[in-house]
Amino acid sequence: MIATESLSKRFPRVTALDRLSVDVGPGVTGLVGANGAGKSTLIKILLGLSPATEGRAEVLGLDVATKGPEIRERVGYMPEHDCLPPDVSATEFVVHMARMSGLPPTAARERTADTLRHVGLYEERYRPIGGYSTGMKQRVKLAQALVHDPQLVFLDEPTNGLDPVGRDEMLGLIRRIHTDFGISVLVTSHLLGELERTCDHVVVVDGGKLLRSSSTTDFTQTTTTLAIEVTDTDEHPDGTRAVRDALDARGVSVQDGSGLPGAGHVLLLTAAGEETYDLVRDVIADLGLGLVRMEQRRHHISEVFTDSDAERKEAVGHGG
Amino acid sequence: MAVEQPAATVPGDQTRIHNIGYRSYDGPRLGRAYARRSLYSQSLRGAYGLGRSVKSKVLPMLLFVVMCLPAAIMVAVAVATKANDLPLDYTRYAIVLQAVISLYVASQAPQSVSRDLRFKTVPLYFSRPIETSDYVRAKYASLASALFILTAAPLLVLYVGALLAKLDFADQTKGFAQGLVSVALLSLLFAGLGLVVAAVTPRRGFGIAAVIAVLTITYGAVSTLQAIADVQGSSGAVAWIGLFSPITLIDGVQSAFLGATSAFPGGVGPSNGEGAVYVLVTLGLIAGAYGLLVRRYKKVGL
Ligand SMILES: Nc1ncnc2c1ncn2[C@@H]1O[C@H](COP(=O)(O)OP(=O)(O)O)[C@@H](O)[C@H]1O
Ligand SMILES: [Mg+2]
Repeated sequence: MIATESLSKRFPRVTALDRLSVDVGPGVTGLVGANGAGKSTLIKILLGLSPATEGRAEVLGLDVATKGPEIRERVGYMPEHDCLPPDVSATEFVVHMARMSGLPPTAARERTADTLRHVGLYEERYRPIGGYSTGMKQRVKLAQALVHDPQLVFLDEPTNGLDPVGRDEMLGLIRRIHTDFGISVLVTSHLLGELERTCDHVVVVDGGKLLRSSSTTDFTQTTTTLAIEVTDTDEHPDGTRAVRDALDARGVSVQDGSGLPGAGHVLLLTAAGEETYDLVRDVIADLGLGLVRMEQRRHHISEVFTDSDAERKEAVGHGG
Repeated sequence: MAVEQPAATVPGDQTRIHNIGYRSYDGPRLGRAYARRSLYSQSLRGAYGLGRSVKSKVLPMLLFVVMCLPAAIMVAVAVATKANDLPLDYTRYAIVLQAVISLYVASQAPQSVSRDLRFKTVPLYFSRPIETSDYVRAKYASLASALFILTAAPLLVLYVGALLAKLDFADQTKGFAQGLVSVALLSLLFAGLGLVVAAVTPRRGFGIAAVIAVLTITYGAVSTLQAIADVQGSSGAVAWIGLFSPITLIDGVQSAFLGATSAFPGGVGPSNGEGAVYVLVTLGLIAGAYGLLVRRYKKVGL
């Protein structure tokens, strides 16, 4: 669907993309990175709207440098910022945008009605957009990106500004875009957690560089954070300390979970797979301690960015 | 046309699995030129408030009526009194009613372009097959057409009235044609200036004020200077000063080449040589306005 090769974009003061090479296949792909990581810049290049400083990129097999209009006829785009005029209705607006994508008038009206229904807008679609809630506006933005039945859509931070319920509904809708509508999706977010659940594949960028690109199943396997809490015994008055030392001795690095409930008694470590679980269980059994809990923690994207202890603790604190 | 897809893999396209309920679109995609035409017609309708709220129809419709009313009265008088000429030349009509035209440009240029800028709709347009130049051409052409409708409609009223009053057919037709050429040029010039000013002032209120300032303050300054030059007997200066305001530019072009009587002090328009400069300046401004708009949208497109 998308292929980039050593793609760079330099602005006078910042390098927004730094020799990024990535391949994205069909399905739902998450593009994750902190603010300023270069996500929106990448989308603009892929739409053929902004020339790359160096490198090449193809979307649906079309070169972004020369085939911009052809690409934009086949893909949809939902920007991260507000883009809706308040004084027209969702129907009028989406019909107009359908015609801007080349749909004849009758088809534009039919597809608008269908698409608004699919994103969950009913009676309110005849009222001016100015009176809509944030969730409804996001749906209109999504509808205009889908109305011309593209092969691929770029969704830039579609969950931004939504409450937890709205967020889940939007993520469900994004999943359906692929499973029910057969449209591939590239969706950006600064939160890894929410995309993990929705995407088949996640691409992580930081400072314009590719950090990793893998299917979400690999991802969770290799980067799950385990939280462990153990009891103390007479032999080991500080059980937590003892486990930590024992794991350290076997080359597993452990952080204490300050900032979490039960701080001081909670240890965090990165689980590399089944072996880690076995190792932890054995270490605790050898020491004769009781295991109070061992659970996977949802992790925050900045964990993937850095191995520094301080930031890891902070990140986990938010991610729980 | 939209086709109902079965809940199965479409042969030859393994990636597309459709659920009943979602209909894919296999009909025509008409591309850039069609999108540009659609934007043109939507903007042209919008310039008269069509497809917009009732509130936004009031001003453009009112100005249209105000523009045509004097023509209707003149025609009525001409027919009733069996006059042998119209009280006002075709070419003079827009000059006399310039305030109405300026008000129209000031109200509609900002609504045509600043809305898209203010609500950040512009990037949505550019995420579609059209390019910056398509957007600018559609917006420019729509406002110029709206202005042409505003300025040519009263001329049509005059012309039909003149024929009803059995005035000389050849004479009237020639005058009408000259008037149409003149208001076409005026429409292009005023639309270009109005759009450039509106596109750099996304706040609507400021846009309106700025367009009025550009169109009327320049006219005020130019006609005052012309009056002073005329009193001092330097009629050569009168012609050159006229280059510095939009309406006097049109006046100069039409009195040099379209048989109009100049509205300049002393009634002396530019000579043919000076008139050529007027035409060049007018065309230069139209082209310059287009170029500036394209540059402006190249920037905001991203
Ligand atoms: N038009 C621009 N001019 C200069 N710098 C820009 C421009 N657009 C983006 N940037 C910079 O490029 C970097 C990446 O921005 P962006 O792609 O918007 O990040 P993200 O979408 O991941 O938050 C940021 O440092 C941003 O300030
Ligand atoms: Mg962004």
